[in-house]
Amino acid sequence: MKVHFRIRRYDPEKAPKPYWQDFEVEVEPTDRVLDGLHYIKWYQDGTLTFRRSCGHGICGSDAMVINGRNRLACKALVKELGSRIVVEPLRGFRVIKDLVVDMEGFFAKYRAVKPYLITRSPEPEKEWIQSPEDRARFDDTTKCILCAACTTACPSFWANRDFIGPAAIVQAHRFIFDSRDEGAEERLAVLHSRDGVWRCRTVFNCVEACPRGIDVTRAIEEVKRLLLTRKL
Amino acid sequence: MAERVNRFAVGSGGWELASWYFMRLSGILLLGLALGHLVIMHVLHGVETIDSAFVLGRLANPVWQVYDWLLLTLALLHGFNGLRIIIDDYVHASAWRMTLQSIGYIAAFLAFVVGSVVIWAA
Ligand code: SF4
Ligand code: FES
Repeated sequence: MKVHFRIRRYDPEKAPKPYWQDFEVEVEPTDRVLDGLHYIKWYQDGTLTFRRSCGHGICGSDAMVINGRNRLACKALVKELGSRIVVEPLRGFRVIKDLVVDMEGFFAKYRAVKPYLITRSPEPEKEWIQSPEDRARFDDTTKCILCAACTTACPSFWANRDFIGPAAIVQAHRFIFDSRDEGAEERLAVLHSRDGVWRCRTVFNCVEACPRGIDVTRAIEEVKRLLLTRKL
Repeated sequence: MAERVNRFAVGSGGWELASWYFMRLSGILLLGLALGHLVIMHVLHGVETIDSAFVLGRLANPVWQVYDWLLLTLALLHGFNGLRIIIDDYVHASAWRMTLQSIGYIAAFLAFVVGSVVIWAA
């Protein structure tokens, strides 16, 4: 089928302002938006720039705004979108070129919540044991692929780029609620700051945006409730 | 826009936690108080029958004084706290933010004083 791609382009070395460019592409309905982008890059305009790595929804590098919604280009099927597809870079990040955005700040916030297992107890002889129930407690947030679809769908983040954002909270949640972890205090100190969880206004955009189907707002609310119950 | 990423003022969110919890508690209370107020003023008594004598008569009863004062105070704090949050979210220039927040605090305080005087001095 013929698909009309409308892509938000930007190359600061050529033009100071972003602009729209249109492409006609022949694809199968079962193709993904990523296939369309590849076709354009390989056969029509080699300067089109975007990130992708795995091509199978697991590396998180190709989140972009497709027909107005944050999606992974490698998961969005052409047949679900129709014959007109509009592609833009993620909102709220500085655009470097075309669909490539600056994710430095995003990953700095990720690092700020210490996304690794912290333990202080003496090491066990074998591995740290965990019951299936304890593992299930944070199962949902282990699924995050750090694509930034949630954070860049969040109006609180658009209004305030200092907000730590849903993705970093999801990552913190994954360790705070892990029974083996002993670093909750350090992470909660960061999340309890002015630009931490309290900037979340429960808009739910993150839940809709997450390509992994994570209940992002639930994770954020669980952190808020934990902070509250520690106080009361 | 440059992002300042190393300025997480660790642990300074106590006030925000209190504000978040207050918004939820006052929200629940206000729902009951406001609905009760609506029923009394607009369902049980038609607006056309309400005059200053009716209002003064109600306020002579301490129960209604407490009720109205709670409704006033919670609605005021709930509303102005919401405004404070919106300003905090959207106004980043510190001079502007300080000015607007100060106006908010003063307006809330004045409204609180005037409202309380009316209710308790009725
Ligand atoms: S929570 Fe979902 S949307 Fe957010 S970064 Fe992780 S995978 Fe992406
Ligand atoms: S290319 Fe890896 S998630 Fe899409």
